[in-house]
Order: sequence, then structure tokens, then C-alpha cells
Amino acid sequence: MLALTVDIFLLVFLIASAVGILFTHQLFAMAMLFGLYSLLVASLFILLDAPDVAFTEAAVGTGIATVLMLATLAATKESKEKPRKKLSKSALTISIFTGALLLYGTTGLPKFGDPEAPIHTQMADRFIQQGQAETGVPNLVTAVLASYRGFDTLGEVTVVFTAGVGVLLLLRRRYKPKIRRNADAG
Amino acid sequence: MSFIEGHLIYWLLICLMMVGLYTLMSCSNLIKKIAGLNVFQTGAILFYVSLGKVTGGTVPIIAEGYESYSNPLPQVLMLTAIVVGVATSALGFALIVRIREAYKSIEEDELDNMDRLDD
Repeated sequence: MLALTVDIFLLVFLIASAVGILFTHQLFAMAMLFGLYSLLVASLFILLDAPDVAFTEAAVGTGIATVLMLATLAATKESKEKPRKKLSKSALTISIFTGALLLYGTTGLPKFGDPEAPIHTQMADRFIQQGQAETGVPNLVTAVLASYRGFDTLGEVTVVFTAGVGVLLLLRRRYKPKIRRNADAG
Repeated sequence: MSFIEGHLIYWLLICLMMVGLYTLMSCSNLIKKIAGLNVFQTGAILFYVSLGKVTGGTVPIIAEGYESYSNPLPQVLMLTAIVVGVATSALGFALIVRIREAYKSIEEDELDNMDRLDD
């Protein structure tokens, strides 16, 4: 019960910082809020028994993503978002509709933390019973990541490599083709 | 009562995802759009990891004296998703820098206007 209270407390903080990101017009403040948001996500992962995911989120989400965002802000020399009309009706409608559908979907889910849920009785049991014997790694997350689902990880590396090549091609070119036809007139 | 208790975390996570989705769709600033996309994505990731939690279970690292472990599978998949997510947002940021070079602006509606003037 106490753990659930802490979870909900952190989640409310998370939603508050997400709303902060939505409403602030200062982009540097938004980048800092975004770092704070990722750190809260990392602490929530610890509470959900996922320390490996928490490490990754703290290093990659809080560190690299925030630094990338700050670097983009520095490169584009933008610090303020131009104020717009307050409410976008179509976006709000789509968000509420999607949210309602997802809420309806959760009614069919087993309760949070229920040990009898189908997800825990099929695959996970096998990993927990035989994972260490088969791979020799006591950390089951590592065992599944590097051994059982090694191809997944290879695919992940491919995606990261492709993204890296894309970034380099976009930014490191000496000759930049013109995107706009009448750039000087416009 | 126990139904609400058992599902409250899912509902809050869906609220979080929808805040992210609204940010993504309503903000015209491209950097803020990427931030919204990241909020939506971390919401989905948290949702998956929360499905793997077992009450009374512990971290899925085999040790003596523990019988019940949380499910390692959602954690593994989401570990991959976090890294891929950062890679895609890095690509998004590079595109923003490039758009700014070509258009001198990163506001979506201004870009739209400029494209219309060009045609």
C-alpha cells in the first residue's frame, strides 16, 4: 500500500512537469523541466523493480536527450516560443478521444502487480526458472537482452547506427542543397 | 474500491501520455513538439514496465533467499525502446537545425506560410 502511494505521488509530479513543459514559453526552462521529468521517470523505474531501465533512463534520457535539446537550442538561437492561440480544439478532441479509448482498454487488464496475471505465468516463469542455468548470468534482464533476444539488440544497434548516419549527413555536409526554391525572395 | 486501486496507476499513465500527445499536436514550436513526443514515449514505456511489476516481487536478479521476481521481459523490451527513442529524437533535432538554416524559423505555422509564398 505504501509503495503504491509513493508510485502515485511520483506520477502526479510527472504529470505536473509534463503540463509545465506544455505551458512554458521559455525554451531553456522547458529543457530543464524535461531533464527533471526524465529523472522522475528514472526514480519511478526503481519503484517498479527495473533498475536496469532506470540506469538507462538516467544516463540516456536525462543526460543525452537534455544535452541534445540544449545543443539544438544553442544552434538554432531560439529561446522563446512565439505565443499562440490558447487552445487547439482538434488536438484536444483527438487526445481526449484516444485517452478515453485507452481508459476503456484498461478495464480488461489484470490489476497492477497481480502475480496471477497471464504475463507472469507463461514466459517469465521460464526465464526465472532456467535463465541463470542456461546463460550463466544472474541478472535476468541482461540474460534476456543479450542472449534470448540477442537479435533484437542487433536490430537496435542498426537503428542507432542509421540514426547516427542520418544526423551526420544532415549536419556535416559542406555543400547544403537548397530546400526552398525562392529562398531570397521569401 | 480494489478495482480503482489496481488500475489507478494505468489511468495516471494514460493521462501522462495524453498530455504528451496534446503537446505534440498543439505546439507549433518544433523543439517543443519533440519534447511532447518524448513525454508520450516515456508514458508508454512506463506503462509497459508497470505491467511487469509483481506485488511482493523483487528486482529480477537471481539471488538466494528470494522466490518471487518481477517480470524481466517488459524491462528488456523497454530498455531497447529508450535507446531507440533517443536516437530518433537526435535525428529530429538534426532536422530542426537544418530547417532553421533553410527557413530561419522553427515555428510550424511560419514554415507553412513561407512554403505557400514560394509556390
